[in-house]
Amino acid sequence: MGRITLDKVQKKFGDVEVIPPLDLTVEDGEFVVFVGPSGCGKSTLLRLIAGLEDVTGGEIRIDGKPATDLPPAKRGLAMVFQSYALYPHMSVRKNIAFPMKMAGMDKAEQDRRIAKAAEALNLTDYLDRRPGQLSGGQRQRVAIGRAIVREPAAFLFDEPLSNLDAALRVGMRLEISELHKRLDTTMIYVTHDQVEAMTMADKIVVLRAGHIEQVGSPLELYHAPRNTFVAGFIGSPKMNLMGGEAAKRHDAATIGIRPEHLDVVDGGGTFIGKVGVSEHLGSDTFFHVHIPEMGEPMTVRAGGEVGLRHGDTIHLTPQADKIHRFDEKGLRIE
Amino acid sequence: MATEHSKSSARIMIAPAVFVLLVWMLVPLCMTLYFSFADYRPLRATFDAWIGFDNYVSFLTSSSFLSSVVTTLQMVAGILVITIGGGVMLALLLDQPMFGQGIVRILVIGPFFVMPTVSALVWKNMFFNVDNGLFSYLFKFFGAQPYDFLSQAPLLSIIVIVAWQWLPFATLILLTAVQSLSSEQIEAAEMDGASPLSRFWHIILPHLSRAITVVILIQTIFLLSIFAEIFVTTNGAFGTRTLTYLVYQRVLESQNIGLGSAGGIIAVILANIVAIFLMRIVGKNLDN
Ligand SMILES: Nc1ncnc2c1ncn2[C@@H]1O[C@H](COP(=O)(O)OP(=O)(O)OP(=O)(O)O)[C@@H](O)[C@H]1O
Ligand SMILES: [Mg+2]
Repeated sequence: MGRITLDKVQKKFGDVEVIPPLDLTVEDGEFVVFVGPSGCGKSTLLRLIAGLEDVTGGEIRIDGKPATDLPPAKRGLAMVFQSYALYPHMSVRKNIAFPMKMAGMDKAEQDRRIAKAAEALNLTDYLDRRPGQLSGGQRQRVAIGRAIVREPAAFLFDEPLSNLDAALRVGMRLEISELHKRLDTTMIYVTHDQVEAMTMADKIVVLRAGHIEQVGSPLELYHAPRNTFVAGFIGSPKMNLMGGEAAKRHDAATIGIRPEHLDVVDGGGTFIGKVGVSEHLGSDTFFHVHIPEMGEPMTVRAGGEVGLRHGDTIHLTPQADKIHRFDEKGLRIE
Repeated sequence: MATEHSKSSARIMIAPAVFVLLVWMLVPLCMTLYFSFADYRPLRATFDAWIGFDNYVSFLTSSSFLSSVVTTLQMVAGILVITIGGGVMLALLLDQPMFGQGIVRILVIGPFFVMPTVSALVWKNMFFNVDNGLFSYLFKFFGAQPYDFLSQAPLLSIIVIVAWQWLPFATLILLTAVQSLSSEQIEAAEMDGASPLSRFWHIILPHLSRAITVVILIQTIFLLSIFAEIFVTTNGAFGTRTLTYLVYQRVLESQNIGLGSAGGIIAVILANIVAIFLMRIVGKNLDN
């Protein structure tokens, strides 16, 4: 069980309100990702849930029971830190055993759980090493191992993959997703990488300056961003947002078109511009197109082999049903 | 210093310093060695340049030798226990955010700047004095009989004085170690359900072990040669005669330079044995 409810939870550091009162429910077994730009309060929110930080106001409930005043250990949550926070003087085995030892669990049960966790995380050969003798990915797995042996109500991850290189990050991402499927335990995962958010989450919580901008499944956020911030944040490369004449034609203050929803046509396109930088990924090519009446270049996704060069003129037409419209406040118009 | 060239120029640069240090050390050591094999008592105008190992034999077989070694070890051990125990506690305390942290830290370091002789005199006259020491007033205030620390518990008194002087050193080194502990590790332990006491025992203390090692090493080397505090307070009486003090007595009080020099050489050898042992035991700690 691991249903976490935040009710008007607020956090101030001195006079600075980092998290204005905020409501959120994390359902049992859900994989929830907090995503947002740096400094928006993701870690703070996670630490409030963990109990490492006291709330200024509001209430936190775990499985319906009030947890606001419980110390971290009593909340039944496990956390994986960005720096792993392994105990350097203990072997991997001792690191993983530590929470169980603190709970006074009997030795046989401890050994059983360590063996199980090590097996699941491919750590069996490393149990007697110190954390200092492990690679980054292995350390990360030890940190996860230390979390799973407690069989917590929910896992909290604070940017666990940000210290790993790109290839390893993809691998660990899959491993964590798989772990979630297998354990079926609630997970809350903090990241500022929207690709991680899109690929792993059941539910994404987009934060900006402590506010929740939108909550929804990855595809909901992709297809129907509630405002321009979410529209610009979710999706890679970024959605093209434009105001002015182009927007007026659609009765909106701003319109947004994703790079993949712009078609390159031979002539008579809606937008005519010059090709700037192009990024060839093999499967796709991303063009940055400079359009005279627009300040920022537009990003366009085209197929792998397009015979366009720097400086060429390009005609673009958006797919009519894929245009997102926003009003003066930046809110979505249906 | 990676290339051959920079290595050799580095050697040339440090050569003068090494030379001066060698002369500084070697000349007195050689003279002591020379005198230790001589029967040299200036007041009786005896000088016999070679009497073999007689001085060594009589120094080692005298009853005061063994007791002085024991006293030295007791004193060093006592001071180490107090300074490290107290140092760890003070370091943890000073690491807490509090009002006037900067001033408090400077005050804690204070005793280190007081010269040994001065601090011993202050303790002797201001605190330990039976007639008008602060402790006597305190005892009287609670209706107890004033206690004559320096004659009733002389060894302990000296341990207290020296520990007071060295506490800041230990605190300072341990404080930097405490501060280098990542807060995420403590938080992780907190989430793992460790009580404050087990956090101290399982996380903080192991983290401090390296700093404690350094403190033990450095302090032991300095503490083996405590002198001023004994000289000022008890003059080596009442079982406070350490090896260093015994050597001093042989040379200056008995005016037997030969015997004293032999004692000095023995002290050097013993100190080195202790140092090697310490390096062995604690050096392991420094490796990983
Ligand atoms: N202990 C603190 N005292 C004062 N301000 C703090 C404290 N911790 C965090 N803040 C502030 O709260 C805000 C949110 O910080 P937080 O660490 O939650 O950001 P984040 O979303 O996790 O960012 P990042 O992606 O860079 O980790 C920041 O503006 C930060 O300066
Ligand atoms: Mg953060």
